[in-house]
Amino acid sequence: MTTEALNRRAVVSTLLNNRDDLLVVTGLGSPAYDVMAAGDHDQNYYLWAAMGSAAMIGLGIATAQPRRKVLVITGDGEMLMGTGSLATIAVKKPDNLTIAILDNGHYGETGMQLSHAGQGIELHRIAEACGFDSTLAISQMSDVESLRDRIYSEPGLRFATIKVDPANQPRVLPPRDGVHVKNRFRHSLGFGTI
Amino acid sequence: MPKTQTQPHSGAPAEDQSSWQEQIYPILKSSGIKHIAYVPDAGHAKSIESACADPEMQSVVLTTEEEGLGYLAGAWLGGDRGALLLQSSGVGNCINTLALQACARFPLLMLVTMRGDWAEFNPWQNPMGQQTEKVLNMMGVLTWRADQPEQVAPLLKGAATMAFDGDTACALILGQQLIGAKEWVQ
Repeated sequence: MTTEALNRRAVVSTLLNNRDDLLVVTGLGSPAYDVMAAGDHDQNYYLWAAMGSAAMIGLGIATAQPRRKVLVITGDGEMLMGTGSLATIAVKKPDNLTIAILDNGHYGETGMQLSHAGQGIELHRIAEACGFDSTLAISQMSDVESLRDRIYSEPGLRFATIKVDPANQPRVLPPRDGVHVKNRFRHSLGFGTI
Repeated sequence: MPKTQTQPHSGAPAEDQSSWQEQIYPILKSSGIKHIAYVPDAGHAKSIESACADPEMQSVVLTTEEEGLGYLAGAWLGGDRGALLLQSSGVGNCINTLALQACARFPLLMLVTMRGDWAEFNPWQNPMGQQTEKVLNMMGVLTWRADQPEQVAPLLKGAATMAFDGDTACALILGQQLIGAKEWVQ
């Protein structure tokens, strides 16, 4: 018996349900559209380039804002491009950071070519080898729900690979004005512009 | 002497060599910097040592330089200033990621120690070293170059001002004439 692959939009909506004061970073492409589809928010930072940087931006926010919880939502391809950052993050070991990978095993934005994750590379095991407090491979919605609850209720450095259906969803485009999104995010935390 | 040690450029007194290196960290601190992201380099050894020993400083050792661009953008989103210490070879690793600074106008302060610049024994350093400043300029990063010890402090202060008061990507280039030729013979 096979379980039905998770719908990425439902996964992201679940993670962001009653998001409270969660700070969110997205990788470029589908994860940004998924987070936007769940509702634009001043405390979202969407990437449109700099592939491989989402996790490090999350580390920077988590370090500068140690009392806030930070969630990075990105794809397997984006995380693969910044795999070394898992070592950097594990050495720094913030207790307020979760990296959630929407793993469809493909490069969805460029024509659905198989990614390394789609050919057997298990990203959460790389995070585990680096020493993350908690590493998960998730394929059921009930586990997404319990991850969501732990993000909000328990400190820790977490990494979760969430297996999702590779089908592309309709694009819901976040703002492309990086200066606007940056200043909006900072303003929501009480910081001004130059 | 171990291979990682450097010698002062010809004619410079030893205290000048140490003084520019000792000036950097206090200037970073007085510029309000709370995060130092770095890839280790002998030319940055003093600043790295000071950062790691400072409980008020977040020190982040990177596996590759472009990680620092993301990290410092995140720190700025969270309200903090930071600087990236790297070698000229690492500038090459940063090229595509510099879109982050260009498109979102994140402030950036880089300190780049040069190789392949002057008196370089290892020609494999030359291709990147000879293009480092041009590549930074092509990606929208403003650059200033220090080849004499007395240039370091004013150029660093000016770069920090333009980075954090102007949302600008800035790099201070620390030339090999300043750092000294790397000594390869024991």
